[in-house]
Amino acid sequence: MVLRDVLRQVMDFLRARNFSTDLCGRVELVLAEALNNVIEHAYQERRDGTIELTILQKGDALEFIIQDEGLPMPGGDLPSGKGPDLNVDLMDLPEGGFGWLLIRELTQDLNYTRTGKQSQLTFCMAGAPFA
Amino acid sequence: MKLTYRDIDGIRVITAEGARIDAAVAISFKDQMREFSEDAPKRIILDLATVEFLDSSGLGAIVAAMKQVGVERNLELAALTQTVGKVFALTRMDTIFKIHTDIDSAINIGLANAS
Repeated sequence: MVLRDVLRQVMDFLRARNFSTDLCGRVELVLAEALNNVIEHAYQERRDGTIELTILQKGDALEFIIQDEGLPMPGGDLPSGKGPDLNVDLMDLPEGGFGWLLIRELTQDLNYTRTGKQSQLTFCMAGAPFA
Repeated sequence: MKLTYRDIDGIRVITAEGARIDAAVAISFKDQMREFSEDAPKRIILDLATVEFLDSSGLGAIVAAMKQVGVERNLELAALTQTVGKVFALTRMDTIFKIHTDIDSAINIGLANAS
């Protein structure tokens, strides 16, 4: 799968620059969620869409910019990321709806903008260990 | 992602033989879990010791597997690596599953309860 290759490249890049295992683990998860959202929802699994990923190093923090030209976020804004209700019967337990919860929990300064045909998601992740 | 299983002391231990449970393998994971759960004893333990990466699709697949197991049997988890444990904690799914440190302690708890 192409996404796995992208993640592997990013992980190799960060490890080669001595970012902590902890940060690398968090980055891999957040990028998997964010890029999967673009593939599944913005591009509806189309194979010919372009996603541009930019990573900027700012001290021990990383800033990420993900741009695509797929469908805009429904309602023009990010999902709340509150996470689904778990106080339900076994058979009603949610099997999805965790992606934005994870992204929101693990990032700072999360922002979504739509300019013309282009969506842009930006966020930061710091090097300090996750508590 | 390949799964294997063995029965120990009347407990089915299903082992994930791979490093990732993600969107790419979620469906095949669910299918194999269904196959290995159908004729299983009451306790089923999923050994996640080798799984270094779990995303929300993988988490959804594990929840789906628990629902497939139904109310007659129980699906428990064992040997979560640090990053996989984080996903369970952040989504509060650690409050839904019975999670064991490792397979040995998961099996021993069963024996202790029985004696």
